[in-house]
Amino acid sequence: MSKSSIMPGFRPALVFTLIYLSLIVLIPLSTLVFKSFELNWDDYVRIITNKRVLSSFQVSFSSALMAAVIASVFGFITAWVLVRYSFLGKRFFHAIIDFPFALPTAVAGIVLATIFQPSGFLGKILKEAFDVQVAFKPLGIVVALIFISIPFVVRTVEPVLLEFESAMEEAGASLGATRLQVFSKIIFPNVFPALLTGFALAFARGVGEYGSVIFIAGNIPYVSEIVPLLIVTKLEQFDVEGATAIALTMLVISFVLLLLINVLQYWVRKRSGQL
Amino acid sequence: MSILLSDISKNFGAFAALNHINLEVPEGELVALLGPSGCGKTTLLRIIAGLEHADKGRVIINGEDKTDQNVSERGIGFVFQHYALFRHMTVFENVAFGLRVKPRRERPTDYILSQKVHALLELVQLDFLHDRFPDQLSGGQRQRIALARALAVEPSVLLLDEPFGALDASVRKDLRQWLRNLHHELNVTSIFVTHDQEEAMEVASQVVVLNHGHIEQLGSPSDIYDRPANAFVSRFIGQTNIFDLEEHDADWLQTAGILNPHQEAKVAHVRPHDIIIEKSTRGHTAPATLKDWQHLGALIRLELVKNSSNGSTAPVFAEMPNDQFKQLALNKGDKVDLKIRQAHWFH
Repeated sequence: MSKSSIMPGFRPALVFTLIYLSLIVLIPLSTLVFKSFELNWDDYVRIITNKRVLSSFQVSFSSALMAAVIASVFGFITAWVLVRYSFLGKRFFHAIIDFPFALPTAVAGIVLATIFQPSGFLGKILKEAFDVQVAFKPLGIVVALIFISIPFVVRTVEPVLLEFESAMEEAGASLGATRLQVFSKIIFPNVFPALLTGFALAFARGVGEYGSVIFIAGNIPYVSEIVPLLIVTKLEQFDVEGATAIALTMLVISFVLLLLINVLQYWVRKRSGQL
Repeated sequence: MSILLSDISKNFGAFAALNHINLEVPEGELVALLGPSGCGKTTLLRIIAGLEHADKGRVIINGEDKTDQNVSERGIGFVFQHYALFRHMTVFENVAFGLRVKPRRERPTDYILSQKVHALLELVQLDFLHDRFPDQLSGGQRQRIALARALAVEPSVLLLDEPFGALDASVRKDLRQWLRNLHHELNVTSIFVTHDQEEAMEVASQVVVLNHGHIEQLGSPSDIYDRPANAFVSRFIGQTNIFDLEEHDADWLQTAGILNPHQEAKVAHVRPHDIIIEKSTRGHTAPATLKDWQHLGALIRLELVKNSSNGSTAPVFAEMPNDQFKQLALNKGDKVDLKIRQAHWFH
């Protein structure tokens, strides 16, 4: 293995990557882990099994999951429309997709809270027509997270749809497949791995989101309080141990979930011959 | 099944891709649509398939008007230039696709489906690859799988769009032979598109020469070669020397012995093998000088320069068998006599 490979610069590139990863990611995260060693196991369990903490975990992960699923469906449709059809203002919509990336999330949260509150523009209609309240309820968290995470799905699915060889569709049709069969058996399986990536990104973003959520969630303990908010609350009360314990748990759960999604993705790609 | 095209026209914007095409393909034929790029041959094939719709005209397959039917209802098999295999499916699933998407009533049981797919894979001699993915196959293998996939639905006609266009020369030669044998075995009416005249002549039983969206000539390969209908076909099929009377080649042609006094047409097309060469003893009055030659395997191509000062200076190409050339024992720069056996005259 001493022969130099075709791609030059392996060593400097690796060194740079490791330094970068260490400074920005590994050292901060390991500090978190070491900090939590100051706690003994019983304290840790006591903090984590606190009912308020458990509810916040449930709120955070369930709303992130729901938002990621919905964002995946709508993100896919949006990407499909942007790739497949040409219509007036297409470029404009194309640009607008990236808005949630750039907008300060707090602004998004405030705007969403304003229009979805019971006296707001959309909130009023929903309240009167369906007796549904969005703002200051767990549902509000889902709405904010969908807003934040949709561009992740659109931007991962779009290039795959763009690259998709239309002759494959024509081949399917020439073999007697209906349009629905062409979509479900040919197009969708080819796009699915990318959609899964988009889903994972959307989910990860949703779990970590803070700024937009706190303005629309109402932050009622046991009901609509998210984990990041709880960590901040603990810190404000100088309860560093508590904050650390929650943060570490969050880190582990997120890691395991992302790992699972990656395994699923590996399996999907393997099955469809992309590996 | 026979295919009848009546008065097909198709425009892309201001560009007329096809102009009033009328064509009848009898059952069981293997027809080549031959023409230079942009002549409309692929568009015509896609119109027959239903992948494209004609602005005007009817497509009738086996007596049934299919003009307004969707591609999925036409019962055709289509083979794409770049194979268009389903990348996310194994070879087996690719071939099985057409059977799996049939309406429930017509769908075969798993056992019959599996037997049928394996039989098709054996037909294309690739059954051992059944669990591979398309990305793991070579170009030639992919094209054969694409063919097996198209045959799985027992199409009434088989349409192939430049089937060997993306393959390298040796694989191409094998596959041509193989396609002809396969057609002989299955006898399904087939049309394939090609820009390669050699391929068309070698594989097809009938050749349709297209240019600028209309049919220049339709006939068997020997018809097309020996009796080209016009100057375009003559130039497009095989090698041709062109002599234009208006460029003062008359004297020269007189010497070569093909000009008769009542000649009306102005341009003579002469195949290289219709030129007979002999070593000249006439010195400077000989009609041509041997400039160079190339080995084409069994044949030698001679490059000659005309000696007449008032004619065009384009080289003349002649071909003769290898051993005959050896007997003549010619060297570069030798003066030669030549005799033209026959020419095709065009206006």
